[in-house]
Amino acid sequence: MSKILVIAEHADGKLNAGVAKVLAAATQIGGEVDIAVFAVDGAAVAAQAAKLAGVAKVLTINNAVNDHPLAATLAPQIAELAGKGYTHVLFPGTTFGKDVAPRTAAKLGVPQISDVMAVHSATSFDRPVYAGNAIVTVEAPAGTLVATVRLASFNAVAETGSAAVEAATVAGAAPAHTRFVKLEAQKSARPDLQSAAKVVSGGRALGSSENFKVIFDFADKIGAGVGASRAAVDSGYVPNDMQVGQTGKIIAPSLYFAIGISGAIQHLAGIKDAKVIVAINKDADAPIFEVADIGLVGDLFTVVPELQSKM
Amino acid sequence: MKAIVSVKRAVDYNVRIQVKPDGSGVVTEGVKHSMNPFDEIAMEEAVRLKEKGKITEIIAVTIGGAKNEETLRTALAFGATRAIHVKDDGGIEPLTAARALAAIFKKEGAQLLIAGKQAIDDDANQTGQMVAGLLDIAQATFAGKVDIEGNKATVVREVDAGLETLEVDLPAVITADLRLNEPRYLKLPDIMKAKRIAIEATTLAELGVTAAPPVKTLKTTPPPSRSKGVMVKTVDELVAALKAKGLA
Ligand SMILES: Cc1cc2nc3c(=O)[nH]c(=O)nc-3n(C[C@H](O)[C@H](O)[C@H](O)COP(=O)(O)OP(=O)(O)OC[C@H]3O[C@@H](n4cnc5c(N)ncnc54)[C@H](O)[C@@H]3O)c2cc1C
Repeated sequence: MSKILVIAEHADGKLNAGVAKVLAAATQIGGEVDIAVFAVDGAAVAAQAAKLAGVAKVLTINNAVNDHPLAATLAPQIAELAGKGYTHVLFPGTTFGKDVAPRTAAKLGVPQISDVMAVHSATSFDRPVYAGNAIVTVEAPAGTLVATVRLASFNAVAETGSAAVEAATVAGAAPAHTRFVKLEAQKSARPDLQSAAKVVSGGRALGSSENFKVIFDFADKIGAGVGASRAAVDSGYVPNDMQVGQTGKIIAPSLYFAIGISGAIQHLAGIKDAKVIVAINKDADAPIFEVADIGLVGDLFTVVPELQSKM
Repeated sequence: MKAIVSVKRAVDYNVRIQVKPDGSGVVTEGVKHSMNPFDEIAMEEAVRLKEKGKITEIIAVTIGGAKNEETLRTALAFGATRAIHVKDDGGIEPLTAARALAAIFKKEGAQLLIAGKQAIDDDANQTGQMVAGLLDIAQATFAGKVDIEGNKATVVREVDAGLETLEVDLPAVITADLRLNEPRYLKLPDIMKAKRIAIEATTLAELGVTAAPPVKTLKTTPPPSRSKGVMVKTVDELVAALKAKGLA
């Protein structure tokens, strides 16, 4: 039977919303599922994790070295914990998971499966390659299975559980070679891009950060999160954490607006799971219209304010 | 100070991938290949560090079959001072690539590995982190900015929440994100000059590396296609279409 260890990503005492989706993947694999919280004091995060349906127990690994989620600090601790009989170690497919999981796999001497999007069995999964333009079904070799879970492919489990919380100890040492300096987090009152039901994204067509206000205003009117194409981020209109796509955030909102975005395959990779895609572009031949559920050819600077007033 | 840059040959980012009808993979024959774009960014960063006098030697390394030599030529045209080809015709697991890179890193006494954060074919995003784990050295992934002073690197990382700054002591692994730099346009004289530099060949066996147990690909399928949408002419029609879907 599988014994699965899910690594809890957290910040400021809050469990990352992606962990409930990793739980969904773990539940599909089946077996016993534990969540590990590495923190200075993980009690608050553990209490949130204990509520997730399907969790057998939550392990808190309290250690002063865990004050920042550094791969070099976490990977040896996770590898040691995994050695206590776990068959699977799962991480959310976030920048945290992508940073820590491969280092953990290397410590365990096993390959890693990135971006699990469907579970066929305890050892067989689907994952996207080529920016999601092909899906491969893979079979992992024997040994501990380390994987990251593509969050847009799973629905969060319910918060109906009441798992036991236990302290666990592993040797943890802060590596002398890595020091956390600072995190400049974008604080926003808007819905989080990765969990928002509606997302409005703007592209290069916006032309400046001042003009991006058109996108923000419309998003605020309909209560949407805000995203952007790489071109809009590269041009400095908006910060990097708003990039949607192959190498940015992969999202699955019910409603997605692509405004002044051409629809490059790398951008589309991030929105394949959106239920309804609306495209607004002045070029009738823009590739975005090939994937849009509803398309409108027009100048965004007149269309978007009008849409805002009518929704 | 020596830096290693790992480079991979991949289907060009402009190519629209076709899945073979029998599900055995994607069509790669007769399709344009180039250096993985993230590796170009890694190469560019190494060359800039060399131009600033922070490093003295850049060793480009690739692992794979004969065709990968063209990627090493591109690396040399960027300004790599040496190129190492680890010849292997099997499917290379990231862990196998990481073992080979770690072996070369040690053998060469390198201080820095700069790798692309992911290759745009398998999109695995693993190799750099694995090398750091195997060597027990510092890692700074998804770098948007790198400053090297003495044996310290200050790296600004692009993370989900925003920008994280880490300070790492060398030796270290840095993986390049999109905004680290804009790779230069290669000039013909540099491309010609690169053709005359000898490429050093080696094998996994020579490096003392055993291949990782393979993750088997059982089949390859195209993603579910989206059904054809509708085009509307006015904002009113757009609002009506959204209302019809219960979205406005
Ligand atoms: C390795 C790699 C990774 C990448 N990863 C990503 C990624 O994660 N995410 C991503 O988005 N991109 C990514 N890209 C970049 C991608 O290839 C495209 O360059 C990018 O998505 C283009 O952004 P855009 O659509 O905003 O700009 P453009 O392609 O320039 O499109 C702008 C669009 O706006 C329209 N327009 C102009 N003015 C108006 C107006 N007034 N009203 C309405 N429409 C107007 C134009 O018709 C055009 O279609 C990646 C590229 C590479 C090589």
